[in-house]
Amino acid sequence: MSGTKDMNLTLKIWRQKDQKSSGKMVDYKVNGISPDSSFLEMMDVLNEGLISKGEEPVEFDHDCREGICGMCSLYINGEAHGPDRAVTTCQLHMRKFKDGETITIEPWRAKAFPVLKDLKVDRSSFDRIQQAGGFISVNTSGNTQDANATPISKDNADKAMDAATCIGCGACVATCKNASAMLFVGAKVAQYSLLPQGQVERKDRVLNMVKQMDLEGFGNCTNTGACEVECPKGISLENIAIMNREYLKASLTKEE
Amino acid sequence: MSVLDSKIPEGPIKEKWTNHKNNINVVNPANKRLIDVIVVGTGLAGGSAAASLAEMGYSVKAFAYQDSPRRAHSIAAQGGVNASKNYQNDGDSNYRLFYDTVKGGDYRSREANVYRLAEVSGNIIDQCVAQGVPFAREYGGMLDNRSFGGVLVSRTFYAKGQTGQQLLLGAYSAMNRQIGKGKIQMFNRHEMLDIVKIDGKARGIIARNLVTGEIERHSAHAVVIASGGYGNVFFLSTNAMGSNVTAAWKIHKKGAYFANPCYTQIHPTCIPRSGDHQSKLTLMSESLRNDGRIWVPKNIDDVKEIREGKLSPTSITEENRDYYLERRYPAFGNLVPRDVASRAAKERCDAGFGVNGTGEAVYLDFKSAIQRYGKEKALVIGNHNPTDAEILEYGEEVIEAKYGNLFQMYEKIVDQNPYKTPMMIYPAVHYTMGGVWVDYNLMTSIPGCYAAGEANFSDHGANRLGASALMQGLADGYFVLPYTIGDYLANEIRTGTIPTDSPEFDAAEKDVTDTLNKLISIKGTKSVDYFHKELGRVMWNNVGMARNEAGLREALKTIREIREDFWKEVRVPGTVEGINTELEKAGRVADFLELGELFALDALTRNESCGGHFREESVEVDGEQKGEAKRDDVNYKYVAAWEWTGDAGKAKLHKEELEFNNIELKQRSYK
Repeated sequence: MSGTKDMNLTLKIWRQKDQKSSGKMVDYKVNGISPDSSFLEMMDVLNEGLISKGEEPVEFDHDCREGICGMCSLYINGEAHGPDRAVTTCQLHMRKFKDGETITIEPWRAKAFPVLKDLKVDRSSFDRIQQAGGFISVNTSGNTQDANATPISKDNADKAMDAATCIGCGACVATCKNASAMLFVGAKVAQYSLLPQGQVERKDRVLNMVKQMDLEGFGNCTNTGACEVECPKGISLENIAIMNREYLKASLTKEE
Repeated sequence: MSVLDSKIPEGPIKEKWTNHKNNINVVNPANKRLIDVIVVGTGLAGGSAAASLAEMGYSVKAFAYQDSPRRAHSIAAQGGVNASKNYQNDGDSNYRLFYDTVKGGDYRSREANVYRLAEVSGNIIDQCVAQGVPFAREYGGMLDNRSFGGVLVSRTFYAKGQTGQQLLLGAYSAMNRQIGKGKIQMFNRHEMLDIVKIDGKARGIIARNLVTGEIERHSAHAVVIASGGYGNVFFLSTNAMGSNVTAAWKIHKKGAYFANPCYTQIHPTCIPRSGDHQSKLTLMSESLRNDGRIWVPKNIDDVKEIREGKLSPTSITEENRDYYLERRYPAFGNLVPRDVASRAAKERCDAGFGVNGTGEAVYLDFKSAIQRYGKEKALVIGNHNPTDAEILEYGEEVIEAKYGNLFQMYEKIVDQNPYKTPMMIYPAVHYTMGGVWVDYNLMTSIPGCYAAGEANFSDHGANRLGASALMQGLADGYFVLPYTIGDYLANEIRTGTIPTDSPEFDAAEKDVTDTLNKLISIKGTKSVDYFHKELGRVMWNNVGMARNEAGLREALKTIREIREDFWKEVRVPGTVEGINTELEKAGRVADFLELGELFALDALTRNESCGGHFREESVEVDGEQKGEAKRDDVNYKYVAAWEWTGDAGKAKLHKEELEFNNIELKQRSYK
């Protein structure tokens, strides 16, 4: 809580001019950081200092700063979104660190997430996977059936919601030694497979999304479970199991 | 005759929209693919509009400054989306939703627009369920509802505390389907920096590629601005860091009138500021007020001891607590509308009863709800003689199921356990009801340029009810704009592809490039954030929850000075090439510095207390409503639409008089 002593920190940060250049770790000092500030507010202080010295600030992605947009990333001391659990970097607070500590800050590292500059990466591969099948094909119209026409068991609705809660930040990929996107893709496949509306395209969806996932260069799942641990929204590994089951079933029964 | 033609259709209010749809022009399917539409912003309004327009056959180009359309700030909306489905059989109807919205907006919105909103609200829920949005359900499989501030029925549909996320992901999935088909071209990490007009019509935009820094020209037969609200003019708000007014402001400067800029919503349940490092404020869903009771200590001595850390709020007895909303507003209690709840919190804190170090916090307490739910659940599971510990355990389980993610978020930020000690809350800037002026078709005063969602002004009047922003964004994007835009585009089928090598595109691009180069070349001594914070300080102190003439006049002067200083002293590092976040911020703050002045001017001109806008000179002096806001329907029953004249402080006011034929104007009373 407020009143605790301000912190002085050493930061080791990945700096990379652009996608083509090679990068390196650079050391910085920041002083007078309130333990009540968020990790990104600490980065703001660093950047404010760099700007006043005429240096280029560190580029990083962020937007909502309330843990839901999925834009912020950062690999902090070897962990996606840092040492706290069930939070994104923007909701990580400096009280989780110690005064005098050295903090290492890197971008997400994955072949499918190329670095754009400093700590910003390109995650459009995630969008392309969704474009391959992460939807239910229903046009906008004022004549879809009444929302209560098809009851959905609360259990399935809740499970679908738990899967749908993925924010698409990419921590699962960044943390996986294989850079696998199976948790991300599994979450969307599972959400729709649990809902009656998702049944019609069930087989095509999983086949197409997995195909695109492979094309993007994401690795395979070897069940280390690291993704689930680092996921800020606690997306369950069960979704990967559901996807594997859906994929197998679709591969064996899909009529060409 | 005003220059403002709202184009409200003739006929009884219940038939206006249906008749209008039947009588407006449509574009035949073969021609639609020859027509380009640009959509700026991919939140609920922009995302749903882009998807729907592409499904209809138009060639859509969508723009987002984020790295994916899924990140737009609609995603952060928590509580829910209203619809007059009447699934709870509590007497809800289109009329009642319409009535509540107009009343909640303190009679400063257009009747016809609001009625249409209520009419299509049910379709939104149908559409979202069909898309696979996992709304909360009851055990029987039917959709669940909750109630929200300012209304007496349960009409709010929700998906945990992440309704905005789920609705946005629904719109995003609909977009993805069209992107996959090539019907939407998606431009991520792009920012619109100007609109291009040819022969008076919107014909395209100039955008900056935020990765390469390249300035791009994009032409279209219509441009839809769905870029959200401008709450970040206050620096601290619940908006995303990148939320900005730029797209709306650029079209304003090219001829689109800006309506009611001073109508801002200050949300009552946000996590209080903890110190000067704060970069943004975090909202706690208003749904918490369903179960939380708001209070401050009755005795100022208790307040002092709490601030010094000598006293815990849980040890203050019931008789020493002031549940001030229940005291002042017995009929609505903790569920009064947002503006009333916010001002009441400010009143208590200004009187010295704020309960944290900054003096700007009140309690939101779940103890009663935990007890109530605990006893109920004990009965449900057959425990007819529960211990106090069991009641607490069951009660906390119920609260966790309802608000778990919000409680977790609170604990992460404040480092206190809200199950055990009351939450602290304080009002924060949240939503802007004002925005680009549009007619009934959502067209701005630039032909071919539309504004949807929070970016326009149309539906919420001077105050928005909870769970109505999501409703309006999706209504505009799914069910209104796709129809009304056809009326205009039907005359464009012979236009053909619009070339981007015209003198108009040349001039617009040159303006954009010159401004960017100027920002880089100033090389001053102060950062962009310095100016943004200075502006925010003036806005919050003088143009915030309560305003008066002297303060507003001072704000007008100060904002101008800050702006002049900005253009002399701002320091933007780096170059115009490549990724440069500071350059992006500088452009946005430059626009906020102009908008801020217009905002203050609008607030000064409107000498009445209305909705979220409290004018200290305009209060009830006696009777039951003594001290409450006093609206002035004789002099201010109009929409203030401002025309750019080259200087934000000298904008020209046009008035659209509001007519109320279906609702009797009353003083809002929640007593």
